[in-house]
Amino acid sequence: MKHLRSIDELGLEGLTALLQLTDHMAEINHRPVPKVPALRGRTVASLFFEDSTRTRLSFETAAKRLSADTMTFNVSTSSVNKGESLRDTVATITDMGVDAFVVRHKSVGIPWQISQWTSASIINAGDGAHQHPTQALVDCYTIREATHAQSFAGMKVAIVGDIKHSRVARSNIQAFTLLGASVVLVAPPTLLPPDVSHWPVSVSHKLDEVIGTVDVLYMLRLQSERMAQGHVPTLREYSEQYGLTQKRVLTLKSDAIVMHPGPMNRGVEMQIDPSDVKNSLIHRQVANGVSVRMAVLFELLGSGSSLGGQA
Amino acid sequence: MSKSLVIKGGTIINRKSQEVADVKIENGCVVEVGKNLKGDTQLDASGCIVSSGFVDLHAHLREPGKEEAETIETGSRAGALGGYTALVAMPNTDPPQDSVAVIDFVREQGKRAGLVDVVPSGCITLGRQGESLAPMAELAHAGVTFFTDDGNGVQDAALMRRALEYARGLGVTLAQHCEVAELTKGAVMNECSCCTDLGLPGWPAIAEELMVFRDIELVRITGASMHFLHLSTKRSVELVRAAKRDGLPITAEVTPHHLSLTQELLASYNPVFKVNPPLRSIEDIQALKAGLLDGTIDAIATDHAPHPRRDKEMSLDLAPPGMLGLETALGVVLAEGACELRDVVALMSWNPAKIARVDAEHGRDVVAGVNANLCVFDPQLTWSVDPERLASKSINTPYIGRTLRGRVRHTIFKGTPTVIDGQAQK
Repeated sequence: MKHLRSIDELGLEGLTALLQLTDHMAEINHRPVPKVPALRGRTVASLFFEDSTRTRLSFETAAKRLSADTMTFNVSTSSVNKGESLRDTVATITDMGVDAFVVRHKSVGIPWQISQWTSASIINAGDGAHQHPTQALVDCYTIREATHAQSFAGMKVAIVGDIKHSRVARSNIQAFTLLGASVVLVAPPTLLPPDVSHWPVSVSHKLDEVIGTVDVLYMLRLQSERMAQGHVPTLREYSEQYGLTQKRVLTLKSDAIVMHPGPMNRGVEMQIDPSDVKNSLIHRQVANGVSVRMAVLFELLGSGSSLGGQA
Repeated sequence: MSKSLVIKGGTIINRKSQEVADVKIENGCVVEVGKNLKGDTQLDASGCIVSSGFVDLHAHLREPGKEEAETIETGSRAGALGGYTALVAMPNTDPPQDSVAVIDFVREQGKRAGLVDVVPSGCITLGRQGESLAPMAELAHAGVTFFTDDGNGVQDAALMRRALEYARGLGVTLAQHCEVAELTKGAVMNECSCCTDLGLPGWPAIAEELMVFRDIELVRITGASMHFLHLSTKRSVELVRAAKRDGLPITAEVTPHHLSLTQELLASYNPVFKVNPPLRSIEDIQALKAGLLDGTIDAIATDHAPHPRRDKEMSLDLAPPGMLGLETALGVVLAEGACELRDVVALMSWNPAKIARVDAEHGRDVVAGVNANLCVFDPQLTWSVDPERLASKSINTPYIGRTLRGRVRHTIFKGTPTVIDGQAQK
């Protein structure tokens, strides 16, 4: 595997292999010294053109635990602000000797464009509203960890909220359905793409009709600017219809799990503290982020060297 | 006594005839059409079509303002290589073509290049801002007959109504870029299943069709003549078809790319495929082709839109829309095989010459006495595009890797060959 840009490109085989590899990485992370020399001498550059806390930090942590060198590209102090083109920036960093770029950008397709300009591997850490494949891997791994299920066949997942603008939703729809789950999208029509009839999902506009039937309730963040753009009249109205409230939690199946990719909008889609939700996996999602990204980096950059040694 | 030029052995396509004959040219005019003609210079045209030169209703020549992308000279050369003898220059220059000074400058630069007639269009509104009318009478007095804010549609319906009323008094044609801007904010590609997958903001067909509908109704009440630029959707074709049935003075064009390329190409993430209006579906292409056949669509126009390489290396959302067209138009249209050769000549020469009101000199039948603005093309020759060899200053052609059919062999502008055997002469 050369790049990780979308779940689509990864396919079921690649997805399953990465989830299995993540088990090994999780084991390393449980050691007293969670560090192995697997990627010693390799360099991973983070190119974050958009704010990120957990994704960027978990990639950097993952690279360090595999003994890779890391380079962080800070947009605010970079030549990009002096008008350097993205192509020149990528070429410059490539010349310094980089094996992989971890890229986040507000524009759809940047990871594919960049891969034409460099010989390094590209890992998509989020491009516009398009794809966020490592988040989907984290979520699949987290569900698998909680349910001990190798396949998601028979599992029903509701993804609730701003599907239209969500790269997390697009990657997760692909990943969950590849693994066999049935997916229902829950949102007002204004927060859905204009036509999803070709997606292997069902659609509901009423959370209360769906919530009691699902095994996984996946809440998406609603950005406040959606109100200014007229997608919803008010955040309060959205929250009343689609937010997770104490009352709604009581209608969940007893073993249903609740997830959120973060950052949460408390008081909007999360009207309740996640720690008050019995089966919330939100903290596991963050914890598994490092293991999953170690697996991705090792898969793309590793050369079969043992994972067992000490750094 | 000036030298004579004879085009030997081509098939001449005129409105009411088609015959193999030689064409003799002297002093900028066709002087004789017949067999076994002799001249000081001869150009072989065997196996080729000889027609009036092509007229493009829609060329962005970028000068003044964006000479990095194209100049009037390089755009004229690209046009000549594409078989064109007249190009309507779009007004979205910097400064825009809303004053006599800029109109005169564009026309003069065209004359200086001397490769095609450069016909400057004028802005409908000042600065193409859509707020107040440009000095249309002054511009008309300076020779402008074709007005458009292309790049923008005139959003304000009341202002558009006034513009049409005013234009009727001047006897000029308004051309609309149909796009209701509120519906296309941030849009990158057609609103379709593909844009849903890519998470890109969609440019819905309705944004074009609403303005087509509005302007048809404004034409109905004002009686002014109106041209629709680059129509791209099935429903737009239906609306124009019905309006023509009602006898309204409406004409319409389509581009070669809207006849040949579909929205799915955007999944390559290559901004070369970003264009405004966007590439649509195969159903839309079929409807546009049907419109060519039944006369709903009057002209094929390139919307030639050069952009420097660095601009097209930006992300899909930031890259400017537009693609090259002048040098590939004929090859694309013939490769698509949408219509007969005679229709191609009508759509690329006779009809647009009339719409641009340059039909005294262009788009004439090839007979003794007319100005020698001619195109000689091989309708069978297949070729592929080498972007580095294009005459245009930019390389944003979407046709790399595709086989085109039909290529211009010679172009004659005012009696002088601007292109011989596919090579520009200056």
